[in-house]
Amino acid sequence: MNATVDTPQAGRMTRVDGPDKVTGRARYAFEHPVDAAVYAWPVQSTIAKGEIRDTDAGAALALPGVLAVLTPDNAPRLTADDPELALFQTRAVAYRGQLVAAVVATTLETARAAADLVRIDYAEAPHDVTLTPDHRGLYKPDKVNPNFPTDTEAGDPDGAFAAAPVRVDKMYRTPGEHNNPMEPHATIAWWDGDRLTVFDATQGPSRAATIIAGVFGLQPGQVRVIAEHVGGGFGAKGTPRPNVILAAMAARAVGRPVKCVLSRQQMFAVVGHRAPSIQRVRLGADENGRLTAIVHDVIGQTSTIKEFAEQTAVATRHMYAAPNRRTTHRMVRLDVPTPAWMRAPGECPGMFALESAMDELAVACGIDPVELRIRNEPAVEPESGKPFSSRNLVACLREGAAWFGWTDRDPSPGARRDGPWLTGTGVAASTYPARAMASQALVSVDATGHYVVSIAAVDIGTGARTALLAVAAGALGVPADHVTLRIGDSELPPAMIAGGSMGNASWSWAVTDACRALREQIRARDGAIPAGGLSAQSSTGDAIGALPDHARYSFGAQFAEVRVDADTGEVRVPRLLGVFAAGRIVVPVMARSQFIGGMTMGLSMALHEESMIDPQFGDYPNHDLASYHIAANADVGDIDARWIDEDEPELGPAGAKGIGEVGIVGTAAAIANAVYHATGIRIRDLPIRLDKLLL
Amino acid sequence: MQPFQYQQPADAAGAVATVAATDGAVFLGGGTNLVDLMKLGVEAPGLLVDVTRLPMDRIEPAPDGGLLIGAGVRNSDLAADPRVRAEYPVLAQALLAGASGQLRNMATVGGNLLQRTRCLYFQDVTKPCNKRRPGSGCPARTGDHRNLAILGGSGSCIATHPSDMAVALAALGAVVHVQGADGPRALDLAELYRLPGDEPDRETTLSRGDLITAVELPPLGFARRSAYRKVRDRASYAFAVTSVAAALDVEDGLVRDVRLALGAVAPVPWRARRGEQAMLGRPATAETFRGAADAELAAAAPLRGNVFKVPLVSNVVTAVLSQLAGSTR
Repeated sequence: MNATVDTPQAGRMTRVDGPDKVTGRARYAFEHPVDAAVYAWPVQSTIAKGEIRDTDAGAALALPGVLAVLTPDNAPRLTADDPELALFQTRAVAYRGQLVAAVVATTLETARAAADLVRIDYAEAPHDVTLTPDHRGLYKPDKVNPNFPTDTEAGDPDGAFAAAPVRVDKMYRTPGEHNNPMEPHATIAWWDGDRLTVFDATQGPSRAATIIAGVFGLQPGQVRVIAEHVGGGFGAKGTPRPNVILAAMAARAVGRPVKCVLSRQQMFAVVGHRAPSIQRVRLGADENGRLTAIVHDVIGQTSTIKEFAEQTAVATRHMYAAPNRRTTHRMVRLDVPTPAWMRAPGECPGMFALESAMDELAVACGIDPVELRIRNEPAVEPESGKPFSSRNLVACLREGAAWFGWTDRDPSPGARRDGPWLTGTGVAASTYPARAMASQALVSVDATGHYVVSIAAVDIGTGARTALLAVAAGALGVPADHVTLRIGDSELPPAMIAGGSMGNASWSWAVTDACRALREQIRARDGAIPAGGLSAQSSTGDAIGALPDHARYSFGAQFAEVRVDADTGEVRVPRLLGVFAAGRIVVPVMARSQFIGGMTMGLSMALHEESMIDPQFGDYPNHDLASYHIAANADVGDIDARWIDEDEPELGPAGAKGIGEVGIVGTAAAIANAVYHATGIRIRDLPIRLDKLLL
Repeated sequence: MQPFQYQQPADAAGAVATVAATDGAVFLGGGTNLVDLMKLGVEAPGLLVDVTRLPMDRIEPAPDGGLLIGAGVRNSDLAADPRVRAEYPVLAQALLAGASGQLRNMATVGGNLLQRTRCLYFQDVTKPCNKRRPGSGCPARTGDHRNLAILGGSGSCIATHPSDMAVALAALGAVVHVQGADGPRALDLAELYRLPGDEPDRETTLSRGDLITAVELPPLGFARRSAYRKVRDRASYAFAVTSVAAALDVEDGLVRDVRLALGAVAPVPWRARRGEQAMLGRPATAETFRGAADAELAAAAPLRGNVFKVPLVSNVVTAVLSQLAGSTR
C-alpha cells in the first residue's frame, strides 16, 4: 500500500470557492448564460394509477410563445433502461406527479402557464399507497441497495432470543423523507448535430454522461456533462433525474438550447426520496447486557416501476457482537413515487431503530448506554469474521462521554425540570461504510511550474474542491496556488460520483497517484521541466481491486441534550456533540462543516422531516418547504463535531474514510433517547412531534 | 402564472374605484402571500393594484387614545414601534413570532389580516377544495388536517386562519378602518371575518373594492401586561400549531378584566369570549384559567388528526395566563 500523502497546507485552508459563492460569481447549472435558450416545464399526472386515454395540447400550443408540447403521442422514442428516465414512452401512470407531458416555450412563465393548459384524460384505476406491516404484497427482493444480501442469519436467533433473560422487542417507524437540496434539479441542454452538451446539477458528471448517452442511444463520448457548482444533492442528484432527459429531448425537438428547472413541489415526486420503513428489532441479552441475539426485520416500499430496496438492516450486521443474529428485508410495491438514495440510505433509518433499541436494552438491564455498547464491541466483523481495517467506536464513545459530561448522568427518566422544561440526555452510535471506487486523474505542469490537475470529480458543497487542492499540492510538494484544479466536467478523466461518502477517498487516491507519478518524472529530470511541459495520468481500479478483504467502516458517537416543554411537548436540542473516527481528516474546516451538516440533518430527521402520504390522492401533499419542515437555524443550538486521530492504512494515500454520511447516522436515535430520558416517553415513530409527547 | 396588469394608484380613492370597477382586480400589499398563490395558480388576478405607495404607512395616536396603524405599515416596523412594545406587547410578540425577518420586512398590516389559509388542499389546484372551488368537496376531513380547525369549522371547510398578528389584534379588540366605493367605515375585527358555514369561499365581510386603510387599537391599560405564546413544530419560521394572545388585569387576586384569543384553531382569529366570561371575578389561579380554557373548548369539534389541540390549547392558555398573573402581583 502506498504511503499516506502529506497535506501540510490543509490545516490552514478555507473553502477555495467560498468568495465566488458568496459574491454570486459561482454559476450553478441553471445560471449559465446560453444564447437563444428556451424553457421546458413538465406536466405531472394527477392520478396515482391508470392510463392516459387522450391528450390535447391545442390550448397550450395556442398560447403565444409556446414552441412544442411533448406527450406520449409525439415524444421521440428513447432507449432508457430506467423507467424513471423513459419520459413519455408509455401511457401508463405509475404514481401521482409522474411526468406525463411537457411544454417548451420562449419564457419560463409561458411554459409554466401553458403546462396548465395541456389537457390529459385519464382512465383512473384504484391505487394503493399505504405501507402496512402485513401488506399482502410483501415480497423478498433479490438484493438490497446497492448489492447486499437481502437476509443474513447466524446461529439460532429465535431460540437465543426466547431464552434471553433480558429482551427488547419493539417496532420502529421512519417516515418518507425528501432530500431537498437547496438548489433544485436543473439542466441546460443543447445539441450540436448528434453531440449533446448539458449543464446539470449532478453529483457525478462521468456517470451522468454514460446514462444520458444510453437513454438517447448515443456513445458516452457524444455527451458532455458540466457541473461546475452544485447546490447540494444528498443522493438526489446521484444519477440523472427526469429533468435532464426532458431538457435534452426538448432541445432536440425545438432545435434550440433548453433550460429546465424543477419546482420544489415537482421535486417531491420525481427526483427520489427516502421511503418509509417499518422495523422490528429484537435484542436478547444476559443480565450484564451482553447480547446473545440480534434480530432486525425491515419492511420497506418501492414504486411499481422500479425497485429501490433500501438496505435498512445492513448496519446491524456489523455493529455489535452476538452469536445469534438475523437481518431481513421485505418490500411492497405501491403506487408511489420511486424512492432512491438519501444521505446514508440504509444506515440512517436502520440505526434509528437499532440504536433506540440499544437504549431500551440499557434501561432494561440497568446499564449505562455508553457502557452497554462498549460491552458488545466485536473483535472482528460479526457476520463475516473479517478483521476491521480500523474500528474506533469505543474511543468515540469514551472520548465523547468525557467531552459531553456524560459521566455523572442519572439514568432516571422524567426526573429533571427547569421551569416548564423537562431535560434529558441521550447517546447513540453511528457508522458508515468506508470505500473507494475506481477513478482516473491527469496532472500536467508547464515550463513555469504551474500545475493543472484534472478529474471529473464534483463539489456539491462538500468542500471537495478545497480538499483535492490540498491533496494535489501535498502530493506535488508545491504551494496550493501553483495548482489549478479542474473538476465538474465529464470530458475530464472519469471519476466516481460524489456519493456514498466515497468522493474524497476515490478522487484523492487518483489525484495523489497522478501527482506522484509526475513528481517522479520531474525528479528524474533533476527538476528541469521541458518547454512543452510534462504530464502524468493515474487509474486506481487495479489498486482498489487489490485491497485486502477487510471490513472497513467509519464510526461515531452522538450525544444529545434535549428540553421538552411539559405544557406543549415542544422539543428543543440545546446541545449536540458528535465524535467520529473516519480515518484521516484532510481539511478540518470542510470536515467540521460536513459533520455538523450531517448532524443537523439528523436533528431535522428526529424532530421535523416527514413526507406524509395522502391515501386519497396518493401523493406527498406537504410538498414545499413551508409544510415539509427542515431544521431552521433556531432549532440548532450548541452543535459540535470532533474527531479522533485514526490511522486508516488501506483506503488510499489520503487515508480518508469519507465523512459525507456518518454525521447523520445515529443523531435521531440520540435525540429520541434523550427525549425518553427527559420525559419517560419512548418515541418509536419519527418525527418526534409535539403531539406525540402531549397525549 | 397567468399574465397580469400592474398599477400604482395615486390615492386610496382611486385604488378603490379601480378595483371595484375591474373584474379580476385585487390589491397588492407586500405580496408575501398573494404572489405565492399566483405562482401556485390558486389566484389568477388580471390586475394588481399596488397600494404600498399610498400614505398608509404611519403609526399615530388615535383621537380617543390608543393607536392608529396604517394598513401599509410593514410588520417589522409595527413590531419595533416603542408604543406597541410598551403598551401592547402581545402585538409586538405576535408579529415577531410570525414568518421570517425578510417576510416581515415586506408584509403589511392589511395584507397580514387577509392572508389565506395554509390548508394543503387549498394550495393545490389539482385537488378539490370548497374554499377555492365551491362545491368541489373537502379532502381535509379525511386527509391531512393536523393543523386545521377544532373551533368554528363547518362540514364544508375546516381551514385555519394563519396569522399571528390577527390573533393579538383580536385579543386587543382592534377596529378595522375600511375605505369602500361608498366612503370610509369602521368595523370591529370580529366583524371583518366570516365563519365558513356553507360558503367557505367568502372569508370576510368586505365587498369588492373595499380597502383596509388602518387598524385602530383602542386604549387598553392592562394590555401592558399581555403576552403572545406561539406553539409550533420548529423553533422559528413555522406557522402556529396553536397560539394564545392574552392580557390580564388582576386586582386583589381576582380577575378584574381579561382578553383571550386563540390562533391556529379556527377559520378566524378566535376571540375566546366564553373563556373570558368564565374568569371574570374569579381568583387568578391556574384552576380558574384551565376552567376558562375548558369552557371555551366545550364547543371544540376536533378530528382524529387534530384532537391533540384540545389539551394543547388548555395547557397553553393556563400557562400564559398563569405567567401573566404572576407578573401582575
